[in-house]
Amino acid sequence: MKKSLRERLAILSDAAKYDASCASSGTSKRDSRSGGLGSTESSGICHAYAPDGRCISLLKILMTNFCIYDCAYCINRSSSNVERARFSADEVVWLTLEFYRRNYIEGLFLSSGIIRSSDYTMEQMVKIAKDLRLKHDFRGYIHLKTIPEASAALIEEAGLYADRLSINIELPTDAGVEALAPQKHPQNIRRSMGELRQKIDEFSEPTFRRRRKRFVPAGQSTQMIIGADATNDATILGSSASLYGRFRLRRVYYSAFSPIPDASNVLPLIKPPLIREHRLYQADWLYRFYGFDIAEITAGRKDGMLDLDLDPKLAWALENRERFPVDVNRADKEVLFRVPGLGVKSVQSLLNARRYRRLKIEDLVRLKISVRKVKPFIVTDDWTPIKLIDRANLRELFAPEPEQLVLL
Amino acid sequence: MKVRLNARGNYGEWRKAARAALTNGIEPKFVDWAVETETYDLFGETASSDDAAVYEASEGSASTPANARAQAVLKPAAFVSSAFIELTEMAICHSDAKRFDLCYRLLWRLQSQKHLLDDPADPDVRALHGLVKSVRRDMHKMKAFVRFKETQAVSERRAFVAWFEPEHFIVAQTAPFFQRRFGDMDWIIATPKGSAAWKGARLHFSEAPAKPFELKDEADDLWRAYYANIFNPARLKVSAMQSEMPKKYWKNLPEATLIPELIRDADKRVRQMHERASSAEAPAFHRALKSRMTDRSQ
Repeated sequence: MKKSLRERLAILSDAAKYDASCASSGTSKRDSRSGGLGSTESSGICHAYAPDGRCISLLKILMTNFCIYDCAYCINRSSSNVERARFSADEVVWLTLEFYRRNYIEGLFLSSGIIRSSDYTMEQMVKIAKDLRLKHDFRGYIHLKTIPEASAALIEEAGLYADRLSINIELPTDAGVEALAPQKHPQNIRRSMGELRQKIDEFSEPTFRRRRKRFVPAGQSTQMIIGADATNDATILGSSASLYGRFRLRRVYYSAFSPIPDASNVLPLIKPPLIREHRLYQADWLYRFYGFDIAEITAGRKDGMLDLDLDPKLAWALENRERFPVDVNRADKEVLFRVPGLGVKSVQSLLNARRYRRLKIEDLVRLKISVRKVKPFIVTDDWTPIKLIDRANLRELFAPEPEQLVLL
Repeated sequence: MKVRLNARGNYGEWRKAARAALTNGIEPKFVDWAVETETYDLFGETASSDDAAVYEASEGSASTPANARAQAVLKPAAFVSSAFIELTEMAICHSDAKRFDLCYRLLWRLQSQKHLLDDPADPDVRALHGLVKSVRRDMHKMKAFVRFKETQAVSERRAFVAWFEPEHFIVAQTAPFFQRRFGDMDWIIATPKGSAAWKGARLHFSEAPAKPFELKDEADDLWRAYYANIFNPARLKVSAMQSEMPKKYWKNLPEATLIPELIRDADKRVRQMHERASSAEAPAFHRALKSRMTDRSQ
């Protein structure tokens, strides 16, 4: 018997939850005042939060979870006994529009298992995006996960309708991909990213004659699974840096390997390493927004793994005490960026505030800066850490209370 | 000087009173800002304030802010910066009774300290930013958590209504967002702090408190199915959810009824995944794929 729409929605959203991205920001600004349905503004909106603390911004579903690939870490691999289902193109379009009208979502994040061939699957997905845009004049956000080995022409067509395209690099090393996803080829995935970058560049070239067509305005991103193999953080971050540099990705998502129903027995059924995932994101941020080099972040770590107890900036500062304390009334922006406890925003307000006064500790309190955290590392008009920065037990001031370990 | 305000997020009424006080040189400590407590009957006219409580804004110019900006010219002697107007427009929407006094004190001080607002460490400026932040957050949550339910259409345009309970008087400020997004449908957002409606030509706004209503929409069931299944029980992190989706919003979110059960069963579901481990035999179509592969390679 054919499964109802609700049953298939349950299966195909369950199958989609291992994709970490739910971003719907950073695309071109559009709205429905000249017709159609939907808008996108500078930042996306999280319309709900699941009890796993993750934001729900998009209708994140698979077109189908049938798949001819057998990737060990994937819930949809061909050898798994999960229930299978498939949406028609019209059903995906209908769900997206009806969910959108009720203000549940910002748009669609469509991925798919691979059926028949890469091109066939990609074609079906492009059709959904195309129908949403052209038939229904949908102006909300669309993210398509492109299918490995799909032809460049299809990817280019997808880019005309989607805000963002992504292709998963899956694992941080080529050896990892070859071992766990034997039908995927890392060099082809990278080639596809390279081609897309080239297309994006081409479309953004200025032209005298007319406005360029919109092409993947929110850029491309990727995802890698953390903890399914033994790769260390230094290698993972190195891979990301190379992806950011070579393909100008907007984001690399890290997805803690999470137990799945009917898991393959070549993989550990572990508790997902959520803290590690969090530390990787923090390190990724230091690299992208705070002027850190990847090598600096992991330099002090012998095994190449980030400290799970301390955030990477604090860990770096404790390893590089000779750089502190920093005078918040005089230091350059780049130097302030490296003070643990100061974020991009608080650095900006410090810079503004100090044009009008000599900053004291109470000023930092008013700027909502955590004084406890920054005190050992800064000098203000009324505060010098004296010996605090040299204390051997400085780490203990920050490290969390020991916790009893929970198995699984 | 005693000023009585309706205090339902209408910038114009505060601006008018503040302008009068300032031109008369009344120091902030001598202005007593009082909130009118009045009863609305549902269909009657609202307050007697001459800045009409029910007003319309034409499309594009949106609701009050743009108009307010155009008129916000005080006497030549008075000084206001565009940043001041932008921030106080937000702050006036806050539900804290102290907002009027704070904004007037800032206006007063601004006359002698033109760059006052640039100093984020000034206590009054800090307080203003605190109000603005809270209002912005509430506006953001409104954009996120309003849930439309479909209702009987009166024209060929589809019609939707939503009941929402904001913390501050933000409906007029937030309504243009819904106008930009849902241009092709009729909608009403009703709240205890004012309501907005859109039928394709003009954005209507009323300050009167609306009464809650119940409405069923079949799509809510599909949405709940999605919500339950996109949740990963192996990553349970309730505090992270609650800091972004505080409980006060739950009662108007169709998906929130599922939350207690999802949390309760999460552990059990993860344990079951472990106990079951992988099944011995792969499904038939996997075996078929395999044999096709080996055929091909031979």
